[in-house]
Amino acid sequence: MSNEIEAIKDPGLPAHIHRKADHDPVAAKRAERQVAILFGISSLGTVLLIASFFIPEDIFIFVPVMGSQNAHQLGLGLGMAISLFFIGMGAIHWAKTLMPDQEVIAYRHELRSEDVDRKEFVVAVKDGVEASGIGRRSVIKRSLGAALGLSALSPILLLRDLGPLPGNDLKETSWKAGTYLVTDPGDRRIRASDLEVGAVAQVLPESDDPEHRKLNDIAKDAVLLIRLRPEEFNLDAERLSWTHEGIIAFSKICSHMGCAVALYEQQTKHLLCPCHQSTFDVTRAAKVIFGPAARPLPQLNISVDGEGFLIARTPFSEPVGPSFWGRISS
Amino acid sequence: MTTEQRIGQVANYVDERTGAAAWMKKNLQKVFPDHWSFLLGEVALYSFVILLLSGTYLTFWFDPSAREVIYEGSYAPLEGVQMSAAYASTLHISFEVRGGLLMRQIHHWAALIFMASIVAHLMRVFFTGAFRKPREGNWIIGIGLLTLGIVEGFLGYSLPDDLLSGTGIRIAEAIIQAIPVVGSYLSYFAFGGAFPGEAFIPRIYIVHVLLLPGAFLALITAHLMMVWYQKHTQFPGPGRTEKNVVGYPLMPVYMAKAGGFFFIVFGVTAFISAVASINPIWLYGPYTPGQVTAGSQPDWYMGWLDGLVRMAPPLETYFFGYTISWNILIPGLIVPGILFTGMALYPFIESWITGDKREHHLLDRPRNAPNRTALGAMSITFMLVALINGGNDLIATNFDLSINQIMWGTRIGIIVLPPLAFIITKRLCLSLQRADRELVLHGRETGRLLRLPHGEFVEVHEPISPEKAYLLTSHEQAPALALPDVDGRGVKRSGALRNKLRSRMSVAHSEAVPKVSADDLKEIEHH
Amino acid sequence: MKRLSRYRRHKAVGPALLIFALLGIGTTFSVASATTASEITTADRSALIEEGRQIFLKGCSSCHGINSEGGAIAPSLVGVGAASVDFQVGTGRMPMADMSTQAMRKAPLYTPEETAALAAYVASLAPGPEIPTEAQLNYERDGSLAEGGELFRTNCAMCHNFAGQGGALTQGKYAPTLMGVEPKHIYESMVTGPQSMPVFSDKTITPQEKLSIIKWIKAAEKEPNLGGASLGRVGPVTEGLLAWTLGLGLLIGVAVWLAMKAR
Repeated sequence: MSNEIEAIKDPGLPAHIHRKADHDPVAAKRAERQVAILFGISSLGTVLLIASFFIPEDIFIFVPVMGSQNAHQLGLGLGMAISLFFIGMGAIHWAKTLMPDQEVIAYRHELRSEDVDRKEFVVAVKDGVEASGIGRRSVIKRSLGAALGLSALSPILLLRDLGPLPGNDLKETSWKAGTYLVTDPGDRRIRASDLEVGAVAQVLPESDDPEHRKLNDIAKDAVLLIRLRPEEFNLDAERLSWTHEGIIAFSKICSHMGCAVALYEQQTKHLLCPCHQSTFDVTRAAKVIFGPAARPLPQLNISVDGEGFLIARTPFSEPVGPSFWGRISS
Repeated sequence: MTTEQRIGQVANYVDERTGAAAWMKKNLQKVFPDHWSFLLGEVALYSFVILLLSGTYLTFWFDPSAREVIYEGSYAPLEGVQMSAAYASTLHISFEVRGGLLMRQIHHWAALIFMASIVAHLMRVFFTGAFRKPREGNWIIGIGLLTLGIVEGFLGYSLPDDLLSGTGIRIAEAIIQAIPVVGSYLSYFAFGGAFPGEAFIPRIYIVHVLLLPGAFLALITAHLMMVWYQKHTQFPGPGRTEKNVVGYPLMPVYMAKAGGFFFIVFGVTAFISAVASINPIWLYGPYTPGQVTAGSQPDWYMGWLDGLVRMAPPLETYFFGYTISWNILIPGLIVPGILFTGMALYPFIESWITGDKREHHLLDRPRNAPNRTALGAMSITFMLVALINGGNDLIATNFDLSINQIMWGTRIGIIVLPPLAFIITKRLCLSLQRADRELVLHGRETGRLLRLPHGEFVEVHEPISPEKAYLLTSHEQAPALALPDVDGRGVKRSGALRNKLRSRMSVAHSEAVPKVSADDLKEIEHH
Repeated sequence: MKRLSRYRRHKAVGPALLIFALLGIGTTFSVASATTASEITTADRSALIEEGRQIFLKGCSSCHGINSEGGAIAPSLVGVGAASVDFQVGTGRMPMADMSTQAMRKAPLYTPEETAALAAYVASLAPGPEIPTEAQLNYERDGSLAEGGELFRTNCAMCHNFAGQGGALTQGKYAPTLMGVEPKHIYESMVTGPQSMPVFSDKTITPQEKLSIIKWIKAAEKEPNLGGASLGRVGPVTEGLLAWTLGLGLLIGVAVWLAMKAR
């Protein structure tokens, strides 16, 4: 820019230094041999690959550091790696030692076109636009704009049947008043007396067809049962009435992003989500005490039937799982 | 028949039909400068080819369906387990197809290396200023490729439908669902109903194997054509100017080197796939929403996002009965959106600050652009802090820390450390400039001591070569923009605030240790 | 109570008691023979309990209280059962080396005989889960591998990771790795819920299902690394690290060589 100060002069490209192989035929021959050896190793790799293909898959060999390894898999992989890697090594070594290594200079051309061309281009575009009359004929311009805009609606419309509207689906689960809590897996009903203090159980609502539960259902229905000493609870009267003899039930689907929250720490009575480490305090109705979750886990109102089996007394009182726009609207 | 005659025959056949000889003649002589860091983009390109090849192989057996099946394959611990056809067919590839497991691992390792090399390439381009005019368009294509790569990688991670995949999809679904107003609608459209449904896997499969690879091919072609047309940048040095390219011709040297390097990349990927297991899906088990594993993490290129989500404050607002989940929107959409937009716009921002509208084909040494280098270091620090929090559970167990400590550390660190990195890097660059200056002025320290007649010891300095001196002083040191608040007639200009910001940034950008001029050297000699 | 009466009638109780008694005698003998040889002949449970009580008073009572009633830093042991003692002492967690976040698995301080005596003593305070016998632990015969996997993924993987490698809990606590843990101890941990771990009741996860879980863990432990080095079986974090270091590292190494001039 402002070159009042004299810069240090460009001494130009340094003189080319010849390689050994350029003037010493012995060195050139050696380089040639090295390249051939590299290509040869590659061929050996392919041989290893072919041989390994026929190694039975139940043979294991001990490799230091890696431990017991499947010979078939390791042989295939190493064979392939060697066969490819050494083709590359050979080619590069060849280029470096035997192909000309004098750097050449190419000149750049300014990307900018000649002024004449630029002018002519602008004129051509202008002429074209004018000839079409789009500037003058505003009715055409507007109606074309409207047509293009409207045509863009069609893909939106055509994609409408990608899925149903959510409706009330996100707010409902399979839990109804009187639904039995059953173990997951196993699908056995649970008596309150089956759980010791400090015990947990993963449960699902009882289903007519436990063999073929839909993942869509599990994604909303999964519940964690935890038994504490009743005096350990720090709940309001309503939530306390939702527990049964110290047994409390929470939706296992995280209120943050929907992972299964089931890391229960028996001593601290904390529940931890392994995905983003939201921590919930079981004694205070799964209040969030750490991490990104903003809401407690929904609590399921439970009780027992006449025979002492645990049942849901009501459905969930709020939608389970992650938040969405209309979550608390009716 | 001589070789020339034989080549002539083929050339004749092709040229008579295409007229390509003239173009080919010129382009076979195309010169490419040599530097190891110029190969990072090549690693990405070759990894993409490996991904296409290994991916095609996997499609021969992969069944992209969420249809329920009972597993009857050879892996005993899953015998009789109910799972999706996608998961079962991935097990089939791993256990019954000879070489299938190797190809699966090559595909996954190549994807990780693909993304790593894209990021490394991006850093090289950024720190050397290769994005400057006329290459801003190619920079934007590059950012597009990076973004597509993240999406493509995530879809690939999701396809096998193992426990980790499903957990990832669950989180993606929660992000979609959190979008204000239309979130739950978008989610129901994407999943064909409630999560997880049966539509998602076949849908993302076709996006993964057709739509996105097609977009990749188009963008990569454009990216390479631009490089070809604009010619590669080169590092400064004696004999290298803005007007030339110094390097090796395509035919034969660069062809052999670049071609050979493809095999190297493939070979190294195969080697890692042979010796290191990746994503052992059979241990994860099939996805069901009621299960989860400790240490549920995404692949590394999404790790920073996961880390940001983990450290987000538990913020949700309710107004008129509607919910906005800031704890998801900020780390999941808003911050990444700002980051990627800022990254894409950076060439324009820098040229606005410097007022420099000229073409640049000589690269900057990072120290000679302290502000830019510091900004890069700041961004990397931000990403690293987020990435560390993405693995906080593993760091906690392996280094006897607690996730709560790491979480708080990174929550504070993500605000404090990036500016700190900026300041330190900038100072470091200026110090390096000073060291360069010293080197040119006083030469290299030899370590030899000389005793002067009056008893004083001095270290002998050896002058550096003219080539080295030129390299250390050839960069340009533009002064800050002069942007007067008032125009020639003393009238306050419009947009004064913007001008003030611009000149403030311009001053920061042009901060430098004055380089040595020929006059300085003459003066030294004089003494 | 019902539980105790059920176990009392268990066919394995007889042999188990006999083993305890013999072990107790052995210990007593080795200790006692140095001084007097008069007590060897008493093959009675109360001797074992007394032996355990002595060990308890020396090694445990300072924290857990003279009568196992618990204290400020340690819980009461009344009703925790023999299984709990066998797990805590048998895996070296108790006595604790330091009062840090959680008791670590380490080399046991007490011999199996001493552990048995301690267990007998604590079990005598109040009924609690019993130590499972060899016959009860035949997981190879009674367990089902695939069922064990499903149970493991639903009940265990969220803390102990998908391959039983362990994972982080809150405030520096952690779920330990399950690799190399004796089947007996895995079983005991499920019925007693040591430290942070909750209890998995026999009704919600039946004894047979527990054996299935053990069978799966043992299979995972023995499973060779099918695709190369395991990288710790902890998921994508180590994989990403390797891609950057070994993967990109090797490639950059070759690139540097490629761009270097030959001599």
